[in-house]
Amino acid sequence: MTTESPAQDSAAPDVPGVVRSTSVDGCTLLFPDRDRYHDAVARHREAGFELLSDLTAVDYLGHAARQLPTGVRAERFELVAVLLSLAARSRVRVRVQVPEDDPVVDSLWDLYRGAEAPEREVFDMYGIRFTGHPDLTRILMPEDWEGHPLRKDFGVGRVPVQFKAAPGPR
Amino acid sequence: MTGRDPLYLETYEGSQEMATRGDTPADELGREVGSVLRLPESGAAPADMDVERPDDETMIINMGPQHPSTHGVLRLMMELDGETVLRTKPVIGYLHTGMEKTAEELTYQQGSTNVTRMDYLSPLNNELVFSLATEKLLGVELPPRAVWIRMLLSELQRVSSHLMWLATNGMDVGSTTMMIFGFRERELVLGFFEKVTGLRMNHNFIRPGGTAADLPDGWEDDVEVILDNVTARLDDYDELLTGQPIFRERMEGVGAITGEEALALSATGPILRSTGIAWDLRRAMPYLAYDQVDFDVIVGTYGDNFDRYAIRLNEIRESLRILWQVLEKMPAGDYRVQDKKVTPPPRARIDESMEALIHHFKIFTAGFKVPAGEVYVAVESPRGELGCYLVSDGSAKPFRMHIRAPSFVNLQSLPVMMHGGLVADAVATISSVDPVMGEVDR
Repeated sequence: MTTESPAQDSAAPDVPGVVRSTSVDGCTLLFPDRDRYHDAVARHREAGFELLSDLTAVDYLGHAARQLPTGVRAERFELVAVLLSLAARSRVRVRVQVPEDDPVVDSLWDLYRGAEAPEREVFDMYGIRFTGHPDLTRILMPEDWEGHPLRKDFGVGRVPVQFKAAPGPR
Repeated sequence: MTGRDPLYLETYEGSQEMATRGDTPADELGREVGSVLRLPESGAAPADMDVERPDDETMIINMGPQHPSTHGVLRLMMELDGETVLRTKPVIGYLHTGMEKTAEELTYQQGSTNVTRMDYLSPLNNELVFSLATEKLLGVELPPRAVWIRMLLSELQRVSSHLMWLATNGMDVGSTTMMIFGFRERELVLGFFEKVTGLRMNHNFIRPGGTAADLPDGWEDDVEVILDNVTARLDDYDELLTGQPIFRERMEGVGAITGEEALALSATGPILRSTGIAWDLRRAMPYLAYDQVDFDVIVGTYGDNFDRYAIRLNEIRESLRILWQVLEKMPAGDYRVQDKKVTPPPRARIDESMEALIHHFKIFTAGFKVPAGEVYVAVESPRGELGCYLVSDGSAKPFRMHIRAPSFVNLQSLPVMMHGGLVADAVATISSVDPVMGEVDR
């Protein structure tokens, strides 16, 4: 097992083959690859991390050289799941690298029913698909919307203004 | 299971045969039907589904998005069997304005004007969580007065938000008196906010690095007036609602949810506490100075609408208790961090020093740079866990800002609460979840 930092949270179980680290805010970070993601979360759920407190994604377009622990290959998207243990009063952040050409990840819906809406939101905003999700449709954007707005290559809309140097609508 | 003839459909491509429901494996069927309306947890086992039941025995109706009691633009698709609600699916997004995308275009200093517009009933909590996340990335330590001012405002906000909930909930179950009362008392708190921040809502008062200004002179007296008034009037509400048979009939045993279901659905705040699980971030993972004040975490037993009502009513009492302690312990000192990187120089310095003027100009035009990194910070908003996931790439604008909105997540537990209840109770149950659509859709 590759361990980036010796900091071991007693509440968080060891998952073989998953890189561990600690973040600026002292939270345990896990970097499983896509195949081990579901398994790693399932083990944490068994170990008492019974609440999925947040699930979101980040588009690191143009930040391929960002800092990651050794053994983790940077991809364009990163899926972030925050698990919470009520008994241990601690959180674990699971960060999964998701490649641009095949943005598919296992759904956590079978472990946490509360993953349904956040996963739909990630699909809506980033186009990351979740296998095993019961209803992967757009949730915030209109159903016929094209593109995924929170991707970095999706431009921000502008209202045209009337002065010469104003940039045109993107 | 296969007693019926297959269904024939005439299409423009010729006649097509549709297999009966029984031919679909139970797993697949659950998924198929569930994709139209989300099955509640308790009835989620697809094997239990009555596949023989024809589709036309139940009726699907839409409630909202313009329904006055859905607290905004919430649309619910409900499957009804007579008067009984079977399945519910919340349809959201009508108020989506892309605030998380907007946040990537604003500097950290402008960011609090953006997040404050999400949960419009407790804007100060949104500013608080964004500021805490930014400060964690910056690694600055706040002066004690800034921490306590934030706590004062955050608790007053909880009082005003819960009062607003009592008012609208009263309205939803038919007590117009409660609506008038609730709004009347909330106005006391909003008046104080106007005096402190200049605005009744969307204050942009809690900012990265502290607060925008110090509290005005005589703020103690104003807060004391609020505390005395609200304390006395909470007893009025008790008399008006808590013991009243009609109100209890409408609330007790309606919209119940179990602790396991609430946990599985990631519900937090009064919904989770109503099931008897004492989870309050102020107690469990203290932020600000909540470990230095005395208060109780209110829990319920049955997880029904009445428990959620009682929790909110008593949480106001606990907030008042915290506020008395804040009044007593408010330290003197600076209301914002004196870190040249984050804080603009004081007004007087600008007149004397060219550098101070340049520095002031730089902070307000280019913003301050935040070290690269990512944090997740959570606070207890009146609706539950309000989280902020902030990613910085070292520039003056957040690379990614995600708000974990409690209303958005809590709405998932609505189908479970509604399952098996009457359609007439739907309004009371929606109200007990306390969704703020500005936060749901962001």
